[in-house]
Amino acid sequence: MNAISMLAAVPGFTGNQSSLNPAGPMAQRIEHTLALIFFVTGAVYVLTMVAMGISVWRNRLAKEEFPSPQQTPAEQDRKTVIAVASAMGISVLLLFVMMLASFATSHAIGKENGRAPFEVDVYGHQWWWEVKYPQPEADKMVVTANEIHIPTGSLVRIHGTSTDVIHSFWAPNIHGKRDLMPGYQTDLIIQADQPGRWRGQCAEFCGPQHAHMSFLVVAEPMDKFHAWMTAQAGTPPPPSTSQTQHGQEVFLSRACIMCHTIRGTVAGSRVGPDLTHVGSRDAIASGTLPNDAQHLAQWITNAQQIKPGVRMPPNPMPQQDLNDLVAYLESLR
Amino acid sequence: MRWRSLCVLALLVMAGCKREQRLFDPGPNASQLANSVHGTVVQAGGLPYQPATTSSYEQSAYAVAEGKRLYSAYNCAGCHSVGGGGAIGPALSDAEWIYGSSPDQIYATIVQGRGNGMPAFGGKVPDYQVRELAAYVRSLSGQLPSTIAPSRSDQMPIAKAEQARQQEHPGDENTQPIQHPESH
Repeated sequence: MNAISMLAAVPGFTGNQSSLNPAGPMAQRIEHTLALIFFVTGAVYVLTMVAMGISVWRNRLAKEEFPSPQQTPAEQDRKTVIAVASAMGISVLLLFVMMLASFATSHAIGKENGRAPFEVDVYGHQWWWEVKYPQPEADKMVVTANEIHIPTGSLVRIHGTSTDVIHSFWAPNIHGKRDLMPGYQTDLIIQADQPGRWRGQCAEFCGPQHAHMSFLVVAEPMDKFHAWMTAQAGTPPPPSTSQTQHGQEVFLSRACIMCHTIRGTVAGSRVGPDLTHVGSRDAIASGTLPNDAQHLAQWITNAQQIKPGVRMPPNPMPQQDLNDLVAYLESLR
Repeated sequence: MRWRSLCVLALLVMAGCKREQRLFDPGPNASQLANSVHGTVVQAGGLPYQPATTSSYEQSAYAVAEGKRLYSAYNCAGCHSVGGGGAIGPALSDAEWIYGSSPDQIYATIVQGRGNGMPAFGGKVPDYQVRELAAYVRSLSGQLPSTIAPSRSDQMPIAKAEQARQQEHPGDENTQPIQHPESH
């Protein structure tokens, strides 16, 4: 542990959406640069304020106004020139230190480019994230929403793009921000060394529900990651109870089928999130609500009350249908 | 005189506010799935002339823009092509209307489907979205004022923006009997 990382270990920042609690090498480098700039500028600020305070204190009894033009002895002029010139010299030096540190960080992060064994496609939508894991066989492709699973200790390349407006992918514990542009692909190489669930968020204003557009990066050991991939690649078993069977009928015969996909059924539309394994996710509505029966029912009935302007229309339906539909969706694990 | 013209200008500007008003939750009635269209009214000599009804959705630029988004989301463009030029399905940007050009007739066409390939979307799409779609479809042939019609596309423009389209004047001779939806 070098001096900078000791300095950077600011207590009290243990959050799962904080660049001061890095979970991977890229975020750690960014945090070191941040800490360097913070402590340098902080020290300069404190010294400047102290110097100004001393000057004010010393001249507190100077009552008379300064004459204009001000007359100062040549000796004092010389001292002033030296003081200002040395302060400027130190400032330029410190600015160069910060610039070189920033270059070094960018270089170290950019060096990893082209060496990522895992690839994830991330699509920004208004106002949710679509996540795809491309596979050689099309039917093995894993599609999920608002949850990015990555193996720990391995480089992962994020291919990012947007389907509507400019979004920005930002999981501060893992890496910096990367804008997602419509019609253009931007890449980000990430790595998490600690397993954990790290929250990320859209960092570019993208419409009324920009604030409710978050996602979860789930970093887990390689074996758990592969188990998750295998489970997600499969289709869920057909509904077993009469309740979930009726729930599936409701899903396929009402408005749900116009926008959502559940693999293994006839629902295959790509407007809204893929719901094939929706029951396995932590949250719904892009991290807005916990994924349980009560909130799912509220979301289906009138999503506009929760996220006004969201693309999901209100879906008033009989209570029995709603209960069965929710039971069916929760069973999709 | 000057303050009077300023007042008139202010009133005109305020009148423009409503067209961008966003109604995210259309209420329980309009959110119900659209599936209620009366059967054909059979009447000797056809129906009497009815002036074209303009739904409130045709006065909101937001609703028409939503209709444009749904037009591609629900794959209307798959048959009628982006911009309504027509392909498998008939063109929507000209003066030919096989099943009528009024908002109610377009509503009925979407909800109950038509012979020769137009599927019925009744029971699948909320009522207010069908009305938004119908408003957008009418903007394709210039039936909506240019202050309401969408002015820009998310795709590469392959045709004139809806806003810049000349108004087509559909003839009545080809229309089928009008079918009235239940609610307005």
